[in-house]
Amino acid sequence: MATYSTNEFRSGLKILLDGDPCVILENEFVKPGKGQAFNRVRIRNLKTGRVNEKTFKSNESVESADVVDTDMQYLYYDGEFWHFMVPDTYEQHAADAKVLEEAKDWLKEQDLCQVTLWNGQPLLVSPPNFVELKIVETDPGVRGDTATGGQKPAKLETGAVVRVPLFIEEGEVIRVDTRTGAYVSRVK
Amino acid sequence: MPTFRASSNGPDWRPVASLATLRLRARALQRVRAFFADRGLLEVDTPQLSAAAATDLHLESLQVSQPGGAALGWLHTSPEFPMKRLLAAGAGDIWQLARVFRGAESGRRHNPEFTLLEWYRVGWNAAALMDEVDDFLRAVAGPENRGQIPIEVRRLSYREAFTSYAGFDPFVAATDDIVRQLARHGVAVPNSLGDDRAACLDLAMATLVEPALDPRQPTFICDFPATHAALARLKPGNPPVADRFELFLGGMELANGFHELTDAAEQAGRFEADLDARRARGLVEPPMERRLIAAMTQGLPDCAGVALGFDRLVMILAGASHIDEVLAFPWGHC
Repeated sequence: MATYSTNEFRSGLKILLDGDPCVILENEFVKPGKGQAFNRVRIRNLKTGRVNEKTFKSNESVESADVVDTDMQYLYYDGEFWHFMVPDTYEQHAADAKVLEEAKDWLKEQDLCQVTLWNGQPLLVSPPNFVELKIVETDPGVRGDTATGGQKPAKLETGAVVRVPLFIEEGEVIRVDTRTGAYVSRVK
Repeated sequence: MPTFRASSNGPDWRPVASLATLRLRARALQRVRAFFADRGLLEVDTPQLSAAAATDLHLESLQVSQPGGAALGWLHTSPEFPMKRLLAAGAGDIWQLARVFRGAESGRRHNPEFTLLEWYRVGWNAAALMDEVDDFLRAVAGPENRGQIPIEVRRLSYREAFTSYAGFDPFVAATDDIVRQLARHGVAVPNSLGDDRAACLDLAMATLVEPALDPRQPTFICDFPATHAALARLKPGNPPVADRFELFLGGMELANGFHELTDAAEQAGRFEADLDARRARGLVEPPMERRLIAAMTQGLPDCAGVALGFDRLVMILAGASHIDEVLAFPWGHC
């Protein structure tokens, strides 16, 4: 099993802690002038999503987590599992609701997204930063109102509800930032 | 901090520190030289490369090899040993700006190569040297930074600092209690620390005491436990304390000073104990500096010395949060 020394710690590094895969968010090297050095890190447990602080003695080593991010195409939802495919190899993976928590409101069949695999199993699905989705339900548009800055809720084809400007109509396709859930623009 | 985009013409060659910061750094260097010239200290320069090295458990000296791989020597982690040999030879008050090297130290406030300012005062103790360090700070900050360093300097003992900010007495608390206090403050203690009491104190210093100090007020912490004496002499008392101080400013340790140990036998004993501890942990055992022991046997005058991180001082003056911002070419760019 590969290991990392605390010297190699940097944000984004995937390590195994108490049996769970974690990603380092922040790493701070602290050392009193004449004394033991430490690495204080903020880590996210990739299984539970929880963020924790942890302290290591500098020069300790930690097991690496076999975690890889792979681009996959979202195929379909069978009522229990979401199915994905690696476009180049046609290799398929199924993931459950826990893994899809962040992504399921934004995924449309055929869309590409990032699937994080741990020991070959899906751990997390991340939607693209921007998605283009059709509005299936919203109040009628206020014609010509492009200036007042007013907003209204709109339901998208994936089920997500976002705030859109008043002039947007049902049936239009809009661009949404999935990291914030914010409307970006109309897509013509 | 300026962000330069890597150009299409190969690796990024540009400096990391802005030219304005480099000018500020140059001005600080001029003021350092003027300060010591005014006070009549002798500027010295001693080798960076030496056959012996620091034995300190927590300092990793970098080793230099000859072409072909045979060991040549070690890069110094501070100019302390040769400066003390100069003191023993009767040089009097001396100072030096040294480029020093420490392995496995890299972070927001650490670069493996950095500039250490070190000076010695013959016949002084730690208290007198703390006053001079305070004068020094104001002189280097200059009139344009007067507001940045308040007049009020704070001095507190290691014991006061811990009882105030860490919630325990560092001279009496058992290791278990220290670990419990750390946990109570949300600091996860690595299991590997075991019953290493000194390391638990270091962790509490770095995570509980240091962040609690006012970053704008120069704060001296003095009278360290004997376990943290390093090269300081012990002041008799119950318990005996090391006549040592650390200066904190800008949320960082900026300087470390000692009323220097002059007893050659005790110095040799501390080196041996360091090497024993290194052996027990499977760490590299660099050769101890026997020339220093010989000089001390001949007679090191009663003196106090301080080492100050010059790059960190520039960080404070420049308002920088990362050491890379005050270095033209930090590690990774050179």
